[in-house]
Amino acid sequence: MNLSLLILLPIITAMAILFSNGLKQIRVIGLLGSIAQLGLASWLLKLYLNERAIGNTATYLFESNYPWFSALHINYHIGIDGISLAMILLTSLIVVAGILVSWTMDKLSKEYFFLLVLLSMGAYGFFISLDLFTLFFFLEVAVIPKFLLIGIWGSGNKQNSAMKLALMLMAGSALVFVGLMGIYYNTHTFDIVQITQIGISAGVQQFFFPFAFIGFGIFAALFPFHTWVPDGHASAPTAASMFLAGISMKLGGYGCLRIASLMPDAAHHYAWIIILLATIAIIYGAFATMMQTDLKYINAYSSISHCGFVILGIGMMNKTSINGAVIQMVSHGLMTALFFAAIGMIYSRTHTRMIAQLGGLLKAMPFISTVFVIAGLCSLGLPGFSGFVAEMTVFMGSWQNPNGVYRLATIISGASIVVTAVYILRATGKTIMGPISNEHALLGDATWNEKLAAVLLIAGIVIIGIAPFLLNALIGPGTDNIMLQVGKAITLK
Amino acid sequence: MSNYSYILLIPLLPLLTFLVLGIFGRKYFKTTAGFIGSASLLASTVLSFIAAKQYFFVDGKLNGVYQKIIAFKYTWLSFSPNVSIDMGIIIDPISVMMLIVVTSVSLMVHVFSLGYMKGEERFATYYAFLSLFTFSMLGLILSVNIFQVYIFWELVGASSFLLIGYYFSKPSAVAAAKKAFIVTRFADLGFLIGILILGFYGGTLDIGLLIERLTATQSAEFINMTTASFLGASMLTWGLSLIFIGGAGKSAMFPLHIWLPDAMEGPTPVSALIHAATMVVAGVYLVARLFPIFSMDPSSLSLVTYIGAFSAFFAAVIACTQTDIKRVLAYSTMSQIGYMMFALGISKLGGEEGLGYMASLFHLFTHAFFKSLLFLGAGAVIHMVHSNEMKDMGGLRKLMPITHIAFLIACLAIAGIPPFAGFFSKEEILTAAFHSNKLIYGVALFTAALTSFYMFRLYFSIFWSKESTLQHHHGEGTWSMKLPLLILAACAVLVGFVPFSNFITSDGKALETHIDLIFSIAPVGLTLIAISIAAYLYKKENDTPSKLAAQFGILYQAAFKKFYVDELYLFITKKIIFPFIGQPIAWADKNIVDGFMLLLGKTTAKISFKIKGIQSGKVQNYTLYFFGGILILSILFIYTWK
Amino acid sequence: MPILIVSTALFFIGMFGLFTRRNMITMLMAIELMLNSVNINFVAFNKYLFPDKLNGLFFTLFIIAIAAAEAAVAIAIIINLYRSHTSIDVEDASEMKF
Repeated sequence: MNLSLLILLPIITAMAILFSNGLKQIRVIGLLGSIAQLGLASWLLKLYLNERAIGNTATYLFESNYPWFSALHINYHIGIDGISLAMILLTSLIVVAGILVSWTMDKLSKEYFFLLVLLSMGAYGFFISLDLFTLFFFLEVAVIPKFLLIGIWGSGNKQNSAMKLALMLMAGSALVFVGLMGIYYNTHTFDIVQITQIGISAGVQQFFFPFAFIGFGIFAALFPFHTWVPDGHASAPTAASMFLAGISMKLGGYGCLRIASLMPDAAHHYAWIIILLATIAIIYGAFATMMQTDLKYINAYSSISHCGFVILGIGMMNKTSINGAVIQMVSHGLMTALFFAAIGMIYSRTHTRMIAQLGGLLKAMPFISTVFVIAGLCSLGLPGFSGFVAEMTVFMGSWQNPNGVYRLATIISGASIVVTAVYILRATGKTIMGPISNEHALLGDATWNEKLAAVLLIAGIVIIGIAPFLLNALIGPGTDNIMLQVGKAITLK
Repeated sequence: MSNYSYILLIPLLPLLTFLVLGIFGRKYFKTTAGFIGSASLLASTVLSFIAAKQYFFVDGKLNGVYQKIIAFKYTWLSFSPNVSIDMGIIIDPISVMMLIVVTSVSLMVHVFSLGYMKGEERFATYYAFLSLFTFSMLGLILSVNIFQVYIFWELVGASSFLLIGYYFSKPSAVAAAKKAFIVTRFADLGFLIGILILGFYGGTLDIGLLIERLTATQSAEFINMTTASFLGASMLTWGLSLIFIGGAGKSAMFPLHIWLPDAMEGPTPVSALIHAATMVVAGVYLVARLFPIFSMDPSSLSLVTYIGAFSAFFAAVIACTQTDIKRVLAYSTMSQIGYMMFALGISKLGGEEGLGYMASLFHLFTHAFFKSLLFLGAGAVIHMVHSNEMKDMGGLRKLMPITHIAFLIACLAIAGIPPFAGFFSKEEILTAAFHSNKLIYGVALFTAALTSFYMFRLYFSIFWSKESTLQHHHGEGTWSMKLPLLILAACAVLVGFVPFSNFITSDGKALETHIDLIFSIAPVGLTLIAISIAAYLYKKENDTPSKLAAQFGILYQAAFKKFYVDELYLFITKKIIFPFIGQPIAWADKNIVDGFMLLLGKTTAKISFKIKGIQSGKVQNYTLYFFGGILILSILFIYTWK
Repeated sequence: MPILIVSTALFFIGMFGLFTRRNMITMLMAIELMLNSVNINFVAFNKYLFPDKLNGLFFTLFIIAIAAAEAAVAIAIIINLYRSHTSIDVEDASEMKF
């Protein structure tokens, strides 16, 4: 299969949206386009599994390579492994859900849906790129729509949030670019496959690794560069929040993972800093969440904490922990998207997100409340949902490292599951349970599109939660390859 | 080895019920949910009994020793070739015994709830949650892998949260549910770290393999684990103690007990199921499951002993002063679980020395029946009086004869009066304690006396005391409520005669036990004295109790306020963690971290504001800069050109 | 070197005019003066340093041509400016400020 279809399809959808009129037409086209994306991603999964089943052990499948700007050795080189496929599936699922929850977006709907689809195009391009330049190109494509989505359709202090988000992400991109340039001037290629063959000398790695890693780290809410997360998420409209947490933050995690596998020496060298920052993010994010009063802020801060697990898993640099990091990315994407969807549904009915003004919603809107509780339980790592699998895999992986300080980091991160329980139950107890106010008692429950969106995301969460071996088998070869690179680094030393 | 795969159905039936009722219950099974739930659980119960018969009497034994049979195993999540989370089913004496306990108590509760919860708005949801809980509990006891235990452990906690918070519009119920979940979660952190330690040093998460490796003193794993130490204790001690902390959290051992009394906010049948017979004994079950490993490490076993004994005594003292009948029962549960814990703690592996192990599980077995009976009886009373407070009750023996008899039997059973069930198990525990640790024996004996005192205080206050003031009573409730009471009462009388030591011992071999009449004189005598004191104080309404309370003054107040443990926790969370950790972090994030980022932005803006004057818009200024620049460049070129 | 002195003087007269006058036509004239001073320099250097070559003269021709084109463009701009501002004072055309 030609992977370019993944980029082409959103472009076609976006063009079709531009040439259609009225909310009704636009949203149907958007939905059809996103369902086609989901179908394409599922088909890709099937093809991928077929290839693996017949014994194709190549690192990247469905590769294609066209020169794009040959003077600078920039190629349009695409291909996927299990990790990128997992991310593609995640993206396509969230896009469908995001379109569904924006069903009644009547303010500038053409532009809105266009930007959503454009963002998804950037994400797909990012995940299939095997060339660092195209990777960077699609990263930028995914940033700009966010600025507009928040700035135009946002709520609250939206200009400020949009500006903060865009500037910080741009700064991240700039750092990434410096890192990529560093790689390029030492290997004279942007191609990931070639770079792994050539190898980068340890000194160069140590100099340029921090740029690239922190750059992607900003996307993944690496402490202390996480401050765009709360404001950005809180101001964004529902679907944009879902995309932001579910897709954009994954761009960062995925980028960090790729950078760590490209520069394994430096990753080892700086592992203790990465782990330190990740541990701080996990526990600090959890405590900060405990003090929030706005549902969106609660979820945004908890994202900082959860994304810390991704970074922690990458920092620990062993197969189990990296597996855990990837599972956590998928899990967090689905779970936060679900959470934001539920919050959006509540907000669109009650017009408030402050937990003090809510209460007893289970009575008026049982479906939405159940969704909220499921998202919460997934967030606090209840078995049966994906969050548990992800966190436990990270813990198991981190614990493999017999270094006492790393053990301590694992225990401290483990302590966050208690704090997570505190803030999730606090939010649930105050909004879903308790007495309901009179004006909220008459509000209606979810509509069909909201139900469908929630059910899709819940299905993803539950499938990973009760059958993690599936996802594990999917990403296994990818992490094996990364471990191969990391292993090279250790033997080089 | 014969086929045990049908055991898979025992947990799966409740799971199926949960899914069906949870998804479609509100629409299609609004009134029939109870029957569906009870019917599927009846099937599970029957299967459990079949399994028990097959295991204990047909093919469980090999050369006189009960075998561990792995009926089913599937790798759920593999971390590395050796370490994986497996889902499976283990058949051994304790898991089969627990199967019987969990399914039959759960069945009784299901049936009882048919009447008790009738007409509730969320009737189907209630049964869905009950089924979820039963599924999780069954999964827990059948676990082959220590991580599987943890998974179901968490699920049990979550379903307990859902059930305690069933009356979700009551703020106190929500708070109690939150408290239960968070406190046990805190303990689970210990459990998790314990698992990580055991898994790392044992090189596996499989319980059977772990036991095999860590009980062989020559194995590399055992030597590694005992030689590696941290803060003066070996890793084995750390691992086991941390796992015990997890168990102590679920089993409400001091100081992690604070959630249990509050958990009584849930519907009473739920308390009977979760907080009397099943979930709270999970900690005991966990220690028993890993007992061969525990027996290799005396220091963690003595931790189990002393925490257990102290909790038993501590809870009994508090129970004497409480006025909410469900809280009295909650503290009594805590006290009885303390009994089971220290019985495990003083036990050794194998032979006569292993009496404590058998006694502990025997007590678990008998306790499940009479304690759930007590709770269901209390439920029937509350259903009638619509209050939990003792002062609203009294003289109910004529209005509720069946409940009265059942409750009395349960009280006699828990007090340890022969020939009721509690007598046999408690005797074994006391005998074991007597032979290994006299201090523990003394505490246990005194606690036994206290137990009978507060149980009969409860009994007399409910059924005797003053005359009933209830005007319009509507009978004792439906048959669905009376039948479980009668069945459980029969059990409370009879289960003591089960030759338990033939089936369940620490090493799987049958153990000869006998009741020594001379030994029984002390406990039974003390119990009788305590009962007569209770009868004297509470049989007729009088003011001696309040006078006595006033005389004990501070001590009574302290016990009444549960020795201020709750206040201590509140102080730590509300006064220390929230203002000194949470708020500073939230503040720092807004002001320092975010502030720094904003400062970067503002500084940039300020600098650009300063230098924007250069762009004056005047052509001649620009020309000036231009020529100035050329001048400077030319000077530079002239002087630096080489 | 009197010729060089003449051209230098011419250049600085032009520069002075460019800085001090506000009238754009005058400024344009000042620029022409500066260009012419350069022309003079080219011719002079060509004559005295490389008498057998014509490079300097060609440059001069180029500059004259460019100056003519430039004058045309500049006057077009000035006319447009006059239409929109009704003035050809540079101080009035400060829209590009900041």
